[in-house]
Amino acid sequence: MKYIKQFAIITFISLIGEALNHLIPLPVPASIYGVVILFCCLEFKIIPLSAVKETGLFLVSIMQIMFIPATVGLIDTWDVFAPNWLAYTVIIILSTFMVMLISGKVTQGIIRLGKKKEAKKNA
Amino acid sequence: MREFLANSMFFGVFLTLLAYCIGLFVQKKLKHMLFNPLLIAIILVIVALLMLDIDYDTYYDGAKYVSYLLTPATVCLAIPLYEQFELLKKNYKAVLCGIASGILTCLVSVFLLALLFRLDHATYVTLLPKSITTAIGMGISEELGGYVSITIAAIILSGILGNIFAASFCRLFKITEPIAVGVAIGTSSHAIGTTKALEIGAVEGAMSSLSIVVAGLLTVVGAPIFANFIA
Repeated sequence: MKYIKQFAIITFISLIGEALNHLIPLPVPASIYGVVILFCCLEFKIIPLSAVKETGLFLVSIMQIMFIPATVGLIDTWDVFAPNWLAYTVIIILSTFMVMLISGKVTQGIIRLGKKKEAKKNA
Repeated sequence: MREFLANSMFFGVFLTLLAYCIGLFVQKKLKHMLFNPLLIAIILVIVALLMLDIDYDTYYDGAKYVSYLLTPATVCLAIPLYEQFELLKKNYKAVLCGIASGILTCLVSVFLLALLFRLDHATYVTLLPKSITTAIGMGISEELGGYVSITIAAIILSGILGNIFAASFCRLFKITEPIAVGVAIGTSSHAIGTTKALEIGAVEGAMSSLSIVVAGLLTVVGAPIFANFIA
């Protein structure tokens, strides 16, 4: 019963997300509205963590599998990809790693700066 | 046989799960980053479809049920985020600056590389939303007049790259703070990368989950501005 209730709550929030996606003319999908709604419900104690925890974490843990069918679908995209494949490949690879490097380094730099300041204060 | 498999309700789901289980098994036996269960599963399914001469649409007819829960699963990323919220509050400046700098890097790097490859406007805007979650990226690409199917391909490939290489990449470039690793993965490779971040650790997973949302929303604002730079 517990899992059914949890799943019902999660699907209900997904449903609200769908409704917002339908009503608000922005390219924001149901899942993004849903994350924000569930987070706010938990943070403002509207629902307790125990009301979604096990089923929610189970869904998160099997999420990787859900990307397989769409990715296999790339074999059908090859015809449109082919004429510019070199540009696409280079841009996708370079840009992905640059984003990873810069966002990681900036975050880490600011965290370490904060830690240094704190250490000085305590010294 | 082929006829039967093509019409089967369960073939697509079974093939997907079997391929992933083989992927997990191979990873356990050969501990190397290239033996990534997601990558192995994708390759095995493609090979199986080619060998059995089953076309993608037929496979997807069954396999789509695997993806059916993607929205509820994404919604549940709020749980790891909630569990790490205190840590996030303490570091919100670093996290937000990190994600914003990442999205700016994405837009600028796509712009510069598009100039280098002399891409036309449509091809350029197709790639602008490449590092954010598929549903938002599709919407942006469509609105700006890009090729949506290529945008989806670019997004998925960025995600897979992150899933396979993020852990080694962060180690190589000495990104060691768990919060920074999470931001790096989520900002560069959205939900597909986030599944890897969750395996690395709770903090990494939570920050990566947050990055999907923030990076997606920042791209909604930033991509239309950058779209004007190549006419």
